[in-house]
Amino acid sequence: MLNNTPKEISERSALVVNPAKTCQPIGAMYAALGIHGCLPHSHGSQGCCSFHRMHLTRHFREPIVASTSSFTEGACVFGGKTNLKKGLETVFEIYNPEIVAVNTTCLSETIGDDLSEIISSTNIPKGKTVIYANTPSYVGSHITGFSNMTKAMVTHLASKDENGGNNKLAIIPGFVEPSDMAEIKRILKLIGIPFIMFPDTSGVLNSPNTGKYVMYPKGGVTVEELKDLGNCFGTIALGKFASEAAAYELEKKCEVEAHVLKVPIGIKATDDFIMELLQMTVKEVPKELEEERGQLVDLMVDIHNHYHGKKVAIFGDPDIVTSMTEFAVSLGMIPKYVLTGTPGSAFEKDVTDILKSAGIEDFRVKAAGDLMELHQWIKNDKVDLLIGNTYGKYISRAENIPLVRMGFPILDRVGHSYFPVVGYKGAMRIIEKISTALLDKYDRECPEEDFELVM
Amino acid sequence: MKDDMNKIVDRILFRYPAKVMKNRKEHILVKEPEGPKEISANTRTLPGIITNRGCAYAGCKGVVIGPIIDMVHITHGPVGCSYYTWAARRNKGKAREGGKSFLEYAFTTDLQESDIVFGGIKKLAQAIKEAVEIFHPKAISIAATCPVGLIGDDIHAVAKKAQEEYGIPVLAFSCEGYKGVSQSAGHHIANNKLMKDVVGTEDIPENQRKKYSVNILGEYNIGGDEWEIKRVLNKIGYTVIATLTGDAEYGDIAKAHNADLNLVQCHRSINYIADMIEIKYGLPWMKVNFIGIENFSNSLRNMAKYFGDAELMERTERVIQEEIEDIKDEINRYKEMCKGKTAVLFVGGSRAHHYQGLLKEIGMETVMAGYEFGHRDDYEGRDILPYIKLDADTRNIEELTVEKDERKYRLRMSPEKLEELKKEIPINQYKGMIHDMKDNTIIIDDLNHFETEMFIKALKPAFFGSGIKDKYIVEKMGVYSKQMHSYDYSGPYAGFRGAVNFARDTAAGIHTPAWSYIVPPWKKEPILKGKIEKEGVEEAC
Repeated sequence: MLNNTPKEISERSALVVNPAKTCQPIGAMYAALGIHGCLPHSHGSQGCCSFHRMHLTRHFREPIVASTSSFTEGACVFGGKTNLKKGLETVFEIYNPEIVAVNTTCLSETIGDDLSEIISSTNIPKGKTVIYANTPSYVGSHITGFSNMTKAMVTHLASKDENGGNNKLAIIPGFVEPSDMAEIKRILKLIGIPFIMFPDTSGVLNSPNTGKYVMYPKGGVTVEELKDLGNCFGTIALGKFASEAAAYELEKKCEVEAHVLKVPIGIKATDDFIMELLQMTVKEVPKELEEERGQLVDLMVDIHNHYHGKKVAIFGDPDIVTSMTEFAVSLGMIPKYVLTGTPGSAFEKDVTDILKSAGIEDFRVKAAGDLMELHQWIKNDKVDLLIGNTYGKYISRAENIPLVRMGFPILDRVGHSYFPVVGYKGAMRIIEKISTALLDKYDRECPEEDFELVM
Repeated sequence: MKDDMNKIVDRILFRYPAKVMKNRKEHILVKEPEGPKEISANTRTLPGIITNRGCAYAGCKGVVIGPIIDMVHITHGPVGCSYYTWAARRNKGKAREGGKSFLEYAFTTDLQESDIVFGGIKKLAQAIKEAVEIFHPKAISIAATCPVGLIGDDIHAVAKKAQEEYGIPVLAFSCEGYKGVSQSAGHHIANNKLMKDVVGTEDIPENQRKKYSVNILGEYNIGGDEWEIKRVLNKIGYTVIATLTGDAEYGDIAKAHNADLNLVQCHRSINYIADMIEIKYGLPWMKVNFIGIENFSNSLRNMAKYFGDAELMERTERVIQEEIEDIKDEINRYKEMCKGKTAVLFVGGSRAHHYQGLLKEIGMETVMAGYEFGHRDDYEGRDILPYIKLDADTRNIEELTVEKDERKYRLRMSPEKLEELKKEIPINQYKGMIHDMKDNTIIIDDLNHFETEMFIKALKPAFFGSGIKDKYIVEKMGVYSKQMHSYDYSGPYAGFRGAVNFARDTAAGIHTPAWSYIVPPWKKEPILKGKIEKEGVEEAC
């Protein structure tokens, strides 16, 4: 496995090997699916739309439906205007969505198609909406695409009414699972805060099998709610990379105050999230939530011996990885390598701050890295555990290090759509996974005389 | 019944806006006894239609070139295209003793905005340098993505220079995603390059050539298919020189012209090269179908007939008998579970045809079938090739003309004998999918999301064989849908043992108890009124 990866690290300035990111449009498509009745539309070659649908489908095991401008060579020469105009007309006639969210691709961006002009000159049926986001694949990553489409929801739809607020909190969950979005909503409901979550893929990408296919499942933030965002009393954006841009856009456009926090993975980030909620709304914390927290602490005390002091490599998307690193520190683990493929110096700074303030000195952190580099670090100085997406399974097998699957994508295991990793309950699930991964390996490999019943 | 199928089609088409209806009507036909009608294929999908089709890059790098194990395949472009074709297609491979496999790797130049503005050539050259220095591959491929063509990066010049500098083959493919109308354009581009630069470059000396040497073309070793096919071929006494391109090494393909027969499994993706090899090197090709017991057996018999050796024929029969003996009880068990059920197939450019026989062997009739990116000849047979009108999208793909290689050209048998054989076995011949389908079945090209939903509702098949994009749509409708590109991570499905795997998985998919739980009990059974009053009221308060 990965036998061609040498231990010696040589500098690479051009060749990316085993990327730890993908391109913008897939993130935009995921965000768009979090709008109720939305059909994402990919303005580019058919292949982009096909790849994105395939990959999201593999991750969620759910229908991912999106349309495409089906560029041909002619469209590249003359521009994609006709393809988009005709495409949108066809989409509304046949698929009847409430809203179409168009994302660009590297192709249409390089051509320079002016989406604003094309869409405004298209005959959109009455009562239907089209929004768009520029998502060039050669800038940022899939997280940037998610951020851009989320921001576009504000840019194109949010407005502020003259007659005052709606008394709701705007909440941006970030590039997390439908289960995580549902868990964040549960916490808000427990505290008793009315809210508008956008995007919201719960109820869309974890829909039930009822024997009937519904093209637009019941979940998702509605267009009406998106319009109402300008009347919210404040925004909580979870994750700098995925959510911050939309929150600042809402602040700029409608003077809704932005509060940017970490994605609430782990005890500390969840505490921060809840404290922020309480401070913003002057509400009491419900007993139920306090009890969940207490259970989490109980578990952390009870089985710390399973993982305390273990070295861990954490990789994936920046917002998730940052929070996970903080949680690993809370668990007494030692994050030795922390890597994301998404570019951005804020990631390196935030992770460094977390590790340094925990007194950890011997670590490497990198944004815009790839998995080959992570593997080489590990080859040179091993860790006990990997936490990251499915692509980590190659390193895991090559180096015989257990992998806890977290983040996007997870293509070879299930659970992520249904069981959250955010909040106190999510933190307990992470502990369960970490502990199980480490103990399973021990049980498989330890000498028979050391094989124990109780651990 | 006959009227029903036409009515079903009309009823679905009727729901379309006029322009879309006009377009789609030409891509759907009901087979009738009077002989096949013409079907429209390999034409543009209307923008906005939710199609399953991909792009030329997917067909070139993803399908044909990617499976070559000992090459470093560099995708020149932004990160996504490389990422999505990384280990997701299940083209298996295994490094040879002392050799290398890069199948678990993805390589890309990860173009950034400044590269798009100022050009990506320097970065590409540097990436090749790094790949050579770190990985020392046998050869390198460069696959262009959409923006590369637009910004005018001359990847062929970079490849040429690198080839001279590093002394290894560097193949550049201009397979930008917007070329052609589907993956198919990419297959063609890949075939052309392999033919131009790879096939024929490594000779096997005459005294080392083996009897009964063949190549398998259009077999990508999904789920280990090629290994199962090869197991049986080796048992009979064949030597497989090259498989294009499942589990292939670069060197295998370079030696392909030394074989005595090309076996064409996937006609769509590889017929170009089969034709060109015959013209240039003199070895004919034969259409085979390795899917299903009868199809595989017949293909093996045809191969033996081609070589015309009595002992080979006898050995072929013996192996067929042995293999069938091994599996027949198990197949029959699954047949009991599947018989009488119907299937719909919508796959690539050959599987929608190939699997009909195997389904029949487990008692299932295919009531509708279509290709995602097939051409008219895949439906109607090669006889119509001279009558296919090329549109602008197809004309943009280079049509390579090859000539006889005077030094390496070798007739495998006299032209007269070959002509005689053609009457008996499918040499240079493919009759297409429609030929093997029953009357009153539906043939559909480039099936889309709307039609999938409508046809599943109308036909209510027990099995829908398609891809990942529609699998879960169909399963939400309570119908088992099997990915026929990735075999739902199972396999092999080819050959004799593969047939058992397919039968087992299909029986399991249709009969898994989960289907019986879709309707909850409270929607099926009346709830006793008394009970509701007794306990329900209290709860309601």
